[in-house]
Amino acid sequence: MSSGLLFACVGALLFAMGMAGVMLIAHLLRRILAFNVMGSGAFLILVGLTQRNDVPDPVPQAMVLTGIVVAVAATALALALVRRLHALTGQLELPADDT
Amino acid sequence: MIWLIVLPLVWASLAFILGPGRGKWLAIGGLALQTVLAFDLATKIGAGGTAVGHLVGGWGAPLGIDLAADGLSAAMLLLTQCIALPLAVYASAYYKRDDAAGSYFWPLAGFLIAGLNALFLSADLFNIYVTLELLGLAAVGLVAAGGGAQQVAAALRYLFATLVGSALYLLGVALIYGAYGTVSISVLTPLVTSEAPRLVWIAGGLMLIGLMLKTALWPFHFWLPPAHGGAPAPVSALLSALVVKASFYLILRLWIGPFAPLIAAAEWLAWLPAALGTLAIFWGSWQAIRAERLKMLIAYSTVAQLGYLFLIFPLLAGAGAIQAGVMQVFAHGLAKAAIFAAAGVLIKATGQDTIAGLAGAVNRVPLTLFTFGLAGMTLMGLPPSSGFLAKWQIIEAALAQGHWPLAVIVLAGGLLAAVYVFRVLRQAFLLAPRNEEATAVSPLLEWPAFVLAAASILLGLRGVELMQLVGIVA
Repeated sequence: MSSGLLFACVGALLFAMGMAGVMLIAHLLRRILAFNVMGSGAFLILVGLTQRNDVPDPVPQAMVLTGIVVAVAATALALALVRRLHALTGQLELPADDT
Repeated sequence: MIWLIVLPLVWASLAFILGPGRGKWLAIGGLALQTVLAFDLATKIGAGGTAVGHLVGGWGAPLGIDLAADGLSAAMLLLTQCIALPLAVYASAYYKRDDAAGSYFWPLAGFLIAGLNALFLSADLFNIYVTLELLGLAAVGLVAAGGGAQQVAAALRYLFATLVGSALYLLGVALIYGAYGTVSISVLTPLVTSEAPRLVWIAGGLMLIGLMLKTALWPFHFWLPPAHGGAPAPVSALLSALVVKASFYLILRLWIGPFAPLIAAAEWLAWLPAALGTLAIFWGSWQAIRAERLKMLIAYSTVAQLGYLFLIFPLLAGAGAIQAGVMQVFAHGLAKAAIFAAAGVLIKATGQDTIAGLAGAVNRVPLTLFTFGLAGMTLMGLPPSSGFLAKWQIIEAALAQGHWPLAVIVLAGGLLAAVYVFRVLRQAFLLAPRNEEATAVSPLLEWPAFVLAAASILLGLRGVELMQLVGIVA
């Protein structure tokens, strides 16, 4: 197994774990962390899978950089919303659906 | 065509610098210019009969970003500007000067529209991922702008749904790049064949599921009603009319573009979205019929109307299916923007958000109620509205290919829509209790909604040009 494929497999594992976390964890802060784990998994696959003969490909690296910027922005927005929710309700979990 | 992306970014940034609640004239001016540009692009593509492209900054792929527009994207761009412009006029009257809920409406709306336009013009899968995120984050910000605990909770739920959706999409893009070493749609299309490796199938599945989550197709609709029903009226209108359509456009684009050979190899796949769409029509209509609050009713109606869009996938082999889908996108976009705007007026006039509280509204805001009725006609699919045209085309394509159950579903869905639209109208025509004071409503709120509803009807009479335009698919 080449190192690139190993990266990709670990990435798939991380993605699955993070996704399970986002869907199953009620605590919002841990959910945001789980989303970041999920994102890292996708980035690892993107970088790992595209290594040919252990020579890294620069284009996916640029994509991952862009993806990290997006993930940071999303995390910041999520944290701001969680803080707001905490200030309004004193809770760190989503209230039950009222629909 | 680059200006369609740059202009909203410019006015959004300027509105942000000007400070909370300002920049509405910049926005309206910018949107008017964009509308002209979108018309110009559409006529150019319509006259030339081919797609046009643009290399940002003169750099070609893979270093630079390629933009491309064909008939489908030009139609979506046109719809976006034509809905956003009346809604901007509406929003300028909706938000009072010191309204905290409206303080960051203009910058966020600008970024939202920039994201939409960039998405429709993007020519590679990764760029589309970035625009999807831009769109999602701006939309979440708009939902949260109401400021209450309920809105923030709805925004967070929406944020997690949209983030999971785009992460699935990104994973699909990563696998595609791993398999083919490119993300450009035009380069990919000839490369993908029916003997593609398993990896590509997985990638396609992941992207499809992620985008369905973002389009709020049943059973992924759980985030939509609280987010669209809880936001202020101009925001609900923008989200319901445009944002969910962006991910639908993307599904359609990938379905008829790069992944077409995969689907041809497994035809049963096309029935999956159609089945989910059917369930969405019935479930959404049923929830809308049962809803207590006016905006919840409209939000569930969005879930139902999105279902129609997915009925076209088994029909794509024949002629006219794409046109039917795009016509439904136009009909629902215009009508739903009008209905949400009208609901905002009704809520301002009666001071409450329940359907029971609408009694007597006909005497206070007759024009708005007329708007509601016109847009309701489009949702039900009565002639001569564009909704009728869309449903007619779906039925025609379904019968031509021998899939008559689809025609039955479309007709049943129209009847269910009639039930929930008439529920509102009936209540509004009841006699009002006399002691309540009517709140005066600005004509700037009533007329933009009316223009949108009238457009949704009149488009039914002039649909031919649009269909010719959509026929030019790269």
